[in-house]
Amino acid sequence: MKLLYFAWVRQKIGCSEEDIAAPSTVTTVTALVEFLRKRGAGYDAAFRDVKFLRVAVNQEHAGFDARIGPNDEIAFFPPVTGG
Amino acid sequence: MSEIRIQRQDFDPGAELAALNDGKGGTGAVASFIGLVRGDDGLIAMTLDHYPGMCESEIAAHIAEARKRWPILALRIVHRVGRLTPGERIVFVGVASSHRHAAFQAAEFLMDYLKTRAPFWKLEERPSGENWVDARSEDDESIKRWR
Repeated sequence: MKLLYFAWVRQKIGCSEEDIAAPSTVTTVTALVEFLRKRGAGYDAAFRDVKFLRVAVNQEHAGFDARIGPNDEIAFFPPVTGG
Repeated sequence: MSEIRIQRQDFDPGAELAALNDGKGGTGAVASFIGLVRGDDGLIAMTLDHYPGMCESEIAAHIAEARKRWPILALRIVHRVGRLTPGERIVFVGVASSHRHAAFQAAEFLMDYLKTRAPFWKLEERPSGENWVDARSEDDESIKRWR
């Protein structure tokens, strides 16, 4: 799956996008977050408290319970502050 | 006609407003909003980050919703990204309609949605350092009136 990170999520993780092969047990955003947290200190810092995070699946706002698969694009970011 | 542009360069508000008038007498009202970088608390600059693709699709969805609610003749949204300094323009929302209420309301609706749903983020630079702007609860409150 393709992952994108924006704003401070990108800064904490240290990259803006990556392609990963998640285990087949990763079928929801929440499961993906748990998987990513184990990848390093930056990931752990970014995903420690998901109440500060928002997620989009295939460029649409989604919930952490959204179902995801290997062909999806998933983006993590803080609450938006445009305008 | 709807136009959505996300760009680094500045825009010309006069040209944007002029483009909203059909020039044939069908347009009775044009309402617009321009957001500017406010230089409070020693702000040096503001850098806007965005999610290309999703920004355009989110804004297009809000435009479609606005068009369901009000009789809109033309609509233009320009949002800048990159590093901007105090006094610079950030965003333009312009709506043309036959009558003013529709134009005013649709412009306000679109700004409220831009603030709370479109994937843009602001990084502020101050003498003390850099800081990502937190979402404002007032903006979340503003959007509730449209539900």
